[in-house]
Order: sequence, then structure tokens, then C-alpha cells
Amino acid sequence: MTTSWDIQIKNLKAGYGDHVVLEDVTGLLPAGAVSVILGGSGCGKSTLLRQIIGLSTPMAGELIVGGQDITRLKAREYRRLRRNMGVLFQDGALLGALTLAQNVVLPLSEHLSLSRQELRNEALRVLRMVGLEEFADYYPNELSGGMRKRAGLARAIVAEPKILLCDEPTSGLDPITAARMDELLLAMNRHFPDMTIVVVSHDLASLWTIADQVLVIREGRSVFCGTPNALKESTDPYLVQFLNRSAESASDEAEAGHAAMDPAVRARVDAWLAS
Amino acid sequence: MTHFFAALGRPVWDALIFMGSVAIFFCQGVQQTVASSRIVQRTLRQIHVIGSQSLFLIVLISLFCGMVLGLQGYYTLIKFGSVGFLGSVVSLSLIRELGPVLTAIMLTGRAGSSMTAEIGVMRISDQIDALDVMDINSVSYLVSPRLVASVISFPLLTAVFDVVGIVGGYLTGVALLDMNQGAYFYRISSSVTMTDVGCGFLKAVVFGLLVTTVCCHQGYFADKRRDSVGPEAVGNATTSAVVIACVLILAADYVLTSLFL
Repeated sequence: MTTSWDIQIKNLKAGYGDHVVLEDVTGLLPAGAVSVILGGSGCGKSTLLRQIIGLSTPMAGELIVGGQDITRLKAREYRRLRRNMGVLFQDGALLGALTLAQNVVLPLSEHLSLSRQELRNEALRVLRMVGLEEFADYYPNELSGGMRKRAGLARAIVAEPKILLCDEPTSGLDPITAARMDELLLAMNRHFPDMTIVVVSHDLASLWTIADQVLVIREGRSVFCGTPNALKESTDPYLVQFLNRSAESASDEAEAGHAAMDPAVRARVDAWLAS
Repeated sequence: MTHFFAALGRPVWDALIFMGSVAIFFCQGVQQTVASSRIVQRTLRQIHVIGSQSLFLIVLISLFCGMVLGLQGYYTLIKFGSVGFLGSVVSLSLIRELGPVLTAIMLTGRAGSSMTAEIGVMRISDQIDALDVMDINSVSYLVSPRLVASVISFPLLTAVFDVVGIVGGYLTGVALLDMNQGAYFYRISSSVTMTDVGCGFLKAVVFGLLVTTVCCHQGYFADKRRDSVGPEAVGNATTSAVVIACVLILAADYVLTSLFL
């Protein structure tokens, strides 16, 4: 019997201490597809990712990964399950004291008895996949933000996990580098057709390029779960507003934009500018 | 009245929670030292960071410390006609007290603060979470090697401090103020016992464990601080680590000295 690596979220409630961030999230992130968790800033996307990775424990609900409800697993059992996950953190989260090659094979060098040559070959293999082979001996602080993210992706896939989770892989990148990152994720989907790829993002351009499935979160609640085409056709006012990139309260924004500066402050600013 | 007890109780409660948290953290670090299979390689690197890189500072500080002790001791003892005891004064002060305490305080400032900052930055930039996600025990990876390295480095640097300090006392007492060279070394060999040396080293080991545990703990939990977040939290954690470690060194010194006397 083969394990299904779908991720099923049922009425999940989560937060930090007494502060509830996710009120009620339900959705399915299917295996073999690229799923995008979409939502505005502060809606709880990264909190949901932390629940899946097991860095926080949900307050209520079910989170089924690999056929097991991870909210009921013991720590040791969950750690075993988590070996099937690769995670790309927002800024790559590469260890500053290690070179790129050492970083990307860290999961292998820590858990397996491989020779230096074997580790080197593995490092070069995955770095080649993300186009960073020639930077193998560079340290993370010698690379650009986009390169660090690609290196983080290389580390996440080095053990060819069943689930790949990416936290805002295109945030802070210029459009060309962001498009390259999208291409990389699609390439991962082609190379590993059974891999469940979950991307947390608020980048609409990226969404239309890579997503097979979309889960939209608004203020801690899931408001849509389906294909990108179904999302496009949705008449939900919030989704229409989000996809059209229109401001929540245009009139208020406009008022704020035209609010006049205190005359006394204005006079002092003018004097400073003239000095 | 209720406010008074609340104001008194909260810091006491926080202090108890802090001490419990540090104690648990220390136990985890020791447990992982035994469990970790790759501790040797990481410990060697930390010995280089804590030990070798601090050597010059320790030599410099101990030389001046010994010179000042020689100078002060000479002019105090000469009033009582006991200048011949300068060797005893310098060596016993250094070996019993100043060597372990000043070495530990210097290492707190140099190596301890850097431990807190490094681990704190790793915490706020998700590197520690990344280790956990890769099923690499972050305490085993970051804390255990530093604990072992401090147990090795602190006594060795204390020994260097003691020897160079005695040389400093020699420079002022004998080379500068013309005290008899033979009397200086004779008094050292006749007054210093192996118990003094052993107690000094034991203090150094205890201080090393205290400094490393507190500094690593502050960095590891930099994201849990209530007074600040992000880079500011790392800065505040570093300050707290140095202050707490220095206070604990002096408190532990008092306890250990009273036990040995």
C-alpha cells in the first residue's frame, strides 16, 4: 500500500500563546501538484506553514499529512514523518558558517555516513539543478537574495522529499529573478511528479504561472480552495478585490493621501529644506 | 498592599522561571553531548573560537594584572618589612581568585557575547528552525560543542593567566624594584599547594559551564524576549547574557571559595 502525500487541513485553529491567528482553515493540498497558499500580509499563511512543518502545535482541528493526523502524533513520530519534508525558508535560512556545498548536503552529512567525495557530488548535483554549481564554495553572505533562495531550495530537495514547502519564494526578488524561481518550482514538479509542492505567497504573477491548486486565507479563515481557473471565475467580492489588486478602502486611502501637514511642521520642514 | 506583593512577586516568579529554563537547557546540552556522534569536530572548532582566539587577550590582561599586583604588593609589604612574601601574595591571589575570575569575565565579554549574538542571529533568521526541520537537534549542533569546548578552554586559559600573571609580578617586583629573584620564586613554591591549583581549575570549569550555558540560552531564546524583537532582541540578549554571566561568576566564586576554605 502506498502512502498518499496529500495535505488535508480540517477546521484548523492555531496561534501563538493566547493570540489566535488561524480561526478556521480547511483545504486540500494534493500530492503531485503545486499548491499555492494565498492571502494578504498577516492573514496567517506563514503560521499555517509552521503548523505543517511542526514548529508550532495547532489549538484545534486536524492536519493530515502522509495519511496521519500530525496533531495526534508524538514528537518522535512526527520527527520521523518530517524527514519526508523539505522546507525553503523565506531568506533561505542557510547557515552562515558553512559554504553553499556544505549547506545543501547538511541533511545528508548529519544523518548518513557518506564520504567527502559522495557529499561533494551530491552538493554539485543539486546546485546544478538550481544553477549555482559554480558558487559551491561561496559562503551565503557572498550571494544575492535570489541566489540564497535558490540554494535554500537546493537544500530542501537534496534528499528528494515527498513534500516541498516554500515560504514566499519570490518575495523581495526582481521580476526576472522571481520568474526564474517560478521556473525552478515548475522544474521540480516535472522532475519529481509525485512530490507535493506547497508555496506560500501573495505574488499573483507567480500564482498564475505555477499553481495547480489554490488555498486562499483571509483573516485566519479559508475563503477559497480550488483550481486557479475556479478562482478566476469566483464572484466573491474579497477574491475579486484581491485578484484585481484594488485597495480595501479606496476613499480612506485617498483621504490619507491628501491630509495636510500641520502648518507649523510644514514651515519648519520648508526651512530645513531651504537651509 | 496587593500591588506591593504583586510587584515583588512578579520578578521573583520570572527569576524562578528563568533559572528553571537555564537548568533544563543545560541538562539538554549535557544530554546531547553524550548522544551526539559528531561532537569532536564541532568541539575542536569551538576550542579555536573560545580558546585560541582569546589567548592574546588573556596574555595581555594577565601580564598587566600581575604587574599591578607586584607593584601594589611590594609597596604594601615593604611597610611591614615582609617584601620577601611578594611571590606568595602574587601567586596565591592569581591562582586562587584573580586567575579564574578575570579569565571567566574576559571570556564572557569576548567569546560569550559572540556566542549569544551568533545563536541569536541564527534564531531570528530561521536557521535554528531549519536545523530542526532537517531533524538536526539544534541544541546538539549549537550548544553541546560549546559546553565541552568551555570545559577544556577555561581551565587552560586560566593556567595561562596564572603563569603570565606571575611573570608580570616578577617584572615589577624583581626586574623593576630589585627584589631578590630567589626569594620571589621560593615563596611561590613554598606557599602554593596543589589544592590551590585544583580549586582554581575547578572554579574555571564551573565558570566555563555557567558562561556558556547562560550565553547560549540567551541567544537561543532571543525570539522569546518581551522587551524587543528582531535585531534589537539579539542586541538586548547579548547585553543580558554578559551581565547575568558576570553576576553569576562572582556569586559562584563566593560559594566555591566558602566551600574550599
